[in-house]
Amino acid sequence: MPIRDVRARPAHWSGALHAPAPAQRTVCYLDRVRPPDDIPGVRSVPLISVRELTKRFPGVVANDSVSLDLLPGEVHALLGENGAGKTTLISMLYGLLQPDGGSIAMDAQRVTIKNPRHAMDLGIGLVAQHFNLARRHTVAENLAVGLRGTPFWRPTRALQKRAAELTERYGLEVRMHAQVAGLSPGERQRVEILKAVMQGARLLILDEPTSVLTPQEADALLRVVTDMRRDGRGILFISHKLGEVLRVADRITVLRGGKVVGRRVRGGAEASELARLMVGAPTATPQRLGIPPEGEPVLRVSGVWVRGRRGPALRGLDLAVRPGEVLGVAGVAGNGQSELAQVLTGLARPEKGSVTLAGADIGRLSPREVRKLGVAYIPEDRRAEGVAGTLSVAENLVLRQVRDKEFARGPVIDWRKAEAFAAAAVLRFDIRTPSLATAARTLSGGNVQKIVLARELSGRPTLVVASHPTYGLDVGSAALTHERLLAQRERGAAVVLISEDLDELRALSDTIVVLFAGRVAGTLPISEAITETGWERLGLLMGGGAAA
Amino acid sequence: MELELLTTTLARALAFGTPLLLAALGEVVAERAGVVNLGMEGMMMLGAVAGFMVAAATGSLPLALLASTLAGVAVAALHGVIATFLLANQFVSGLAITIGGVGLANLLGKEWVGKPLAAPMLPFDVPVLSGVPLLGPAFFTRQYALTYAALVLALVVWLVLFRSRVGLTLRTVGESPAAADAAGANVRRVRFLAVLVGGAMAGLAGAYLSLAYRPAWGENITNGMGWIALGLTILALWHPLRAVPAALLFGAFFTLSFRLQAVLPPELLTLLPYLVTVLALTLIAWRGGRGAVGAPEALGVPYRRGERE
Repeated sequence: MPIRDVRARPAHWSGALHAPAPAQRTVCYLDRVRPPDDIPGVRSVPLISVRELTKRFPGVVANDSVSLDLLPGEVHALLGENGAGKTTLISMLYGLLQPDGGSIAMDAQRVTIKNPRHAMDLGIGLVAQHFNLARRHTVAENLAVGLRGTPFWRPTRALQKRAAELTERYGLEVRMHAQVAGLSPGERQRVEILKAVMQGARLLILDEPTSVLTPQEADALLRVVTDMRRDGRGILFISHKLGEVLRVADRITVLRGGKVVGRRVRGGAEASELARLMVGAPTATPQRLGIPPEGEPVLRVSGVWVRGRRGPALRGLDLAVRPGEVLGVAGVAGNGQSELAQVLTGLARPEKGSVTLAGADIGRLSPREVRKLGVAYIPEDRRAEGVAGTLSVAENLVLRQVRDKEFARGPVIDWRKAEAFAAAAVLRFDIRTPSLATAARTLSGGNVQKIVLARELSGRPTLVVASHPTYGLDVGSAALTHERLLAQRERGAAVVLISEDLDELRALSDTIVVLFAGRVAGTLPISEAITETGWERLGLLMGGGAAA
Repeated sequence: MELELLTTTLARALAFGTPLLLAALGEVVAERAGVVNLGMEGMMMLGAVAGFMVAAATGSLPLALLASTLAGVAVAALHGVIATFLLANQFVSGLAITIGGVGLANLLGKEWVGKPLAAPMLPFDVPVLSGVPLLGPAFFTRQYALTYAALVLALVVWLVLFRSRVGLTLRTVGESPAAADAAGANVRRVRFLAVLVGGAMAGLAGAYLSLAYRPAWGENITNGMGWIALGLTILALWHPLRAVPAALLFGAFFTLSFRLQAVLPPELLTLLPYLVTVLALTLIAWRGGRGAVGAPEALGVPYRRGERE
């Protein structure tokens, strides 16, 4: 497709793809990269160049002197784990956050991107993970809202022709008159892409674009990306999936801990190397545990499918955990971890497959019934799910047991006994609180987590499900959490430990499984996981680079 | 004659339904932008009393209508500031406006209670159309100009909401303020203006009661019509054209409650609008989930930039 096609259209429809460049300027490159040679006439002035961009949040440097260039007609992949700083970077590029240091230039002109509307006017489009569409509007209405220069009456009619052209050009199949609520995630994404392109995006930021897609849809998306590249648009492709990054990217920048830890060009990158860059080197020496237990699994998950908020989240998951075993579940967030925790605790029902605990099918039971069978749950969002914030420390400590006979005096709660129980728990778990009557929400994260641990682990559980149990905790609380989880292992409970912290997983687990796209991508016994090659393999599996 | 019963019932239903339609159209505009206005009753009362006082003092109907509209807008501005700029609870604010507005209007109108207006708005027969059999006596005989204004307004509101860029922006603000914000719309301003338009229509609805329908001041002249208009908005599924037959239906309940007093207790028929509304809500809830019908998704939710839903 010749570029002329695009240029011929009114500027407010497509954005000027090739604005005339000021005659004199100096452009420096981060590395020696030529513009893609299959595009005639594309200049090598970067569409956007980011220099030493820094963003600090309290206690953390989310972006530390990040620099990168994006040329017209280039697909630049930004690779990194959760927490690597990808989202912070694109938030700054889209005007959602203001950088604390560094600069952004578009077409070699320095810019301050004030807000999303300004970003759009500069030709930056973002397709975020959470779609920003009015669900009950039609596709055409959603497209019309953001467009400038639409006629006052019937604004949707004027854009149909233009939308049809773009649909055909890039294979962005959408039904213009369908309501967004009835569309699949893939279709919604195409609407978002179409919207951005119609608003004149020369630089399209795709944030984890394939995470909501079926494999077929993902393939189609990668073709769309390739077509757009050919038209001289630049694409910033954010992902943690090695396979697709290697497939579409002209250049790859790897972020870890807010820093650029590697740059590779097409053909100069290997999956294993990228994986190592992405996860970094192991920091802690894993503490050795006793011999992994033998015997029959107490928890069996077989062929489980669970529907998440955006389509199937678990796709035929199989797991087995023995009594006294810690099963570490690794993976990048959003690969089914939340749904796994929910299905083990009765909060989600499997559509297919079975979950059995000590022979009992718990897939159809209510959360309360599941808990009665001895399942303890340390939820991911401890403040929202772990405690009722406005209730007191004492009330939160007995929430789980309050319906037991032990605390009942006739139909009412025996608060004397309940408070005695709570007071003992406060001592045992070192909960730092001014009083038993203090509202739980006023405590620090570490102390909130101790309340959760004290309550959940008090009933001699058969199975402990812990979701990111030390995320955001101070060192002392994290150590106490680890110690209590290991104590449960010692007394013979099965522990499912879901975490993104590989060091934590290697320190506590007997076996590590890696979740990818709702399935177990690979299983490593701890003896393998602590080796150099095991570490590398974990990274590969997390990136979907070696699907078993 | 039965035919006459039908036409007079329809005529009275239209007359009764006019203030309901006006108020409901105002509520549709506000709610489509995402703001619930429970202050309808209070705004109608203040519109009614403002119009009545100006008409009594000046004898000018245009001035009286202007006063009613402005009274509605002024109170709506209060609600608008509270609901869209201060991001406070819209339900509490609306309730307070209703309670305060009804009280204030009764206080202001105290010395006029029972006094008729010297120059009220008069009903008239539409030339030619009033001669059409059936339709003529039902819809074009002895109605008020405000009735036809309300019907035209329904059409205008529909055109603007569903056929114009302004309406698209307003509806997007009510459905997904984040999407509207990203598209460059000023969410708070759009919401504020929508509430003002709603207040203006509530004021006009009040004017219809005190200047035309019952041109003598009486306590609680609106008699709960503001609340019925809220139910009407739901029954009409937030659609201005569907509000027309719905207003006729509710108007018919009112007039029949007088006519059938001998057969049915009037309380039962005055109860019907509420029952129908509850039924409509139930049906929506049943069919809901797929999101085809029902309340705007961001209805009643203050918008703060950067918060995820």
